[in-house]
Amino acid sequence: MKVSYYPGCSLHATGKEYDESVKAVSRALEIELKEVDDWSCCGASSAHMTNYKLSVALPARNIIAAEKDGMDVMVPCAACFNRFKMAQHHLKENEALKAEVEGIIGEKYQDSVAIRNPIDIIYNDIGIDKLGEKATKKLEGLKPVSYYGCLLLRPPDVCEFDDYENPYMMDGIMESIGAESRSWSYKTDCCGGSLTLGKTEIVVNLVDKLMRMAREAGANCLVCACPVCFANLDMRASEDVRLPAFYFTELLALAMGLEGPESWFKMHNVDPRPLLKSLALI
Amino acid sequence: MGTFLEEVNEKIDGVPIQGCYHCRKCTAGCPIAFAMEYNPNQIIKMIQMGMRDRVLNSSTIWLCASCETCVTRCPNDVDIARMMDALREMAIESQVDVKEKNILKFHEAFLSSVKMGGRINEPMMIAHYKLKSGDLFSDLGVGLSMFMKGKLSIFSPKTKDIKSVRKIFEETKG
Repeated sequence: MKVSYYPGCSLHATGKEYDESVKAVSRALEIELKEVDDWSCCGASSAHMTNYKLSVALPARNIIAAEKDGMDVMVPCAACFNRFKMAQHHLKENEALKAEVEGIIGEKYQDSVAIRNPIDIIYNDIGIDKLGEKATKKLEGLKPVSYYGCLLLRPPDVCEFDDYENPYMMDGIMESIGAESRSWSYKTDCCGGSLTLGKTEIVVNLVDKLMRMAREAGANCLVCACPVCFANLDMRASEDVRLPAFYFTELLALAMGLEGPESWFKMHNVDPRPLLKSLALI
Repeated sequence: MGTFLEEVNEKIDGVPIQGCYHCRKCTAGCPIAFAMEYNPNQIIKMIQMGMRDRVLNSSTIWLCASCETCVTRCPNDVDIARMMDALREMAIESQVDVKEKNILKFHEAFLSSVKMGGRINEPMMIAHYKLKSGDLFSDLGVGLSMFMKGKLSIFSPKTKDIKSVRKIFEETKG
């Protein structure tokens, strides 16, 4: 299959492991990616928190560019995904806003492409059976809790993705590659997001709680699908409670025997290699 | 302009704030409530009572992380997260003495980086924020280590048609 690809700003920098692992996994699953032409920032949290119109126009510019390629758009970053879905939602509901945004960008918005995240594409279009076949090295002994965070799922009528109180797709993906997905009640609890610089102590508080609850659930790691969640889990947890965190695509690449995982693991702040070595997975 | 309540309702353009009957599900599910000056439902009550200055000068409106848990659970579909966005915009427009200055400085550093290159240049944006906020030394260790691992490249590619991005900023200015 072929889809458009919108990496977003983080995937080129602090979320590098996510970008590289999404690309490696897509290649292995025969998903051809075509990067959206001359894309720009989606606005993330800072746009909608200070200027509503800006927060719709910035993603709209990219959706309009993607519409030219006529394919669904894979958006790995949960924040970008959420802002794109929100923009589509507002442009559909508000004719006057749509006209205004089209005027600013100078092109019509067709509402012709679907915005999708990679968990959805892998689970629904590829299927966990095919994933299970391709995962020649089952990740036995790895016990992740699946951490979905906020923006992939909420608001439910905007995101239209997975059960918003108890999602299961990432858990299913983990099980299909041989990891033991641990059950826990904190799948969709906030990590503090963009408060990580402006109010670090709140993020530390929230992330430490996630770490303690992950441990209580019998997990030895966490798996997620958002560069901000990952940065917070990887860098803000207190030393006495922290566990290694992974992007779900890093683990898929490891299980499929692809090249890249060891170079990505080196980039983590909390080194996951001791855990993986102890389980003979690397 | 009408009352503060009418002003907020107009900005959020959805279910009006009066729709809230204070079941407090929003506050119960809010991950940040523990650190807030006023709970989300207290902010709603204060808007209903016209307490404009207290609301716009509160730290609550800046601490909201837009996790959308409140919106998802409100039985009356009040868009509380959008209300917080609207209150932030109003605080900026009214030029109040913002309670959580560093949070606003972060947003300003972020958006100025977008305006400059079309895409965030993360190390430049973070440096800009650190200088603005005076919070120079926290994260130095982590930052340096990320730089050494190649996660904070100074030379990240920019958007070519930067004019189109700057036009968006110009024409959506409040």
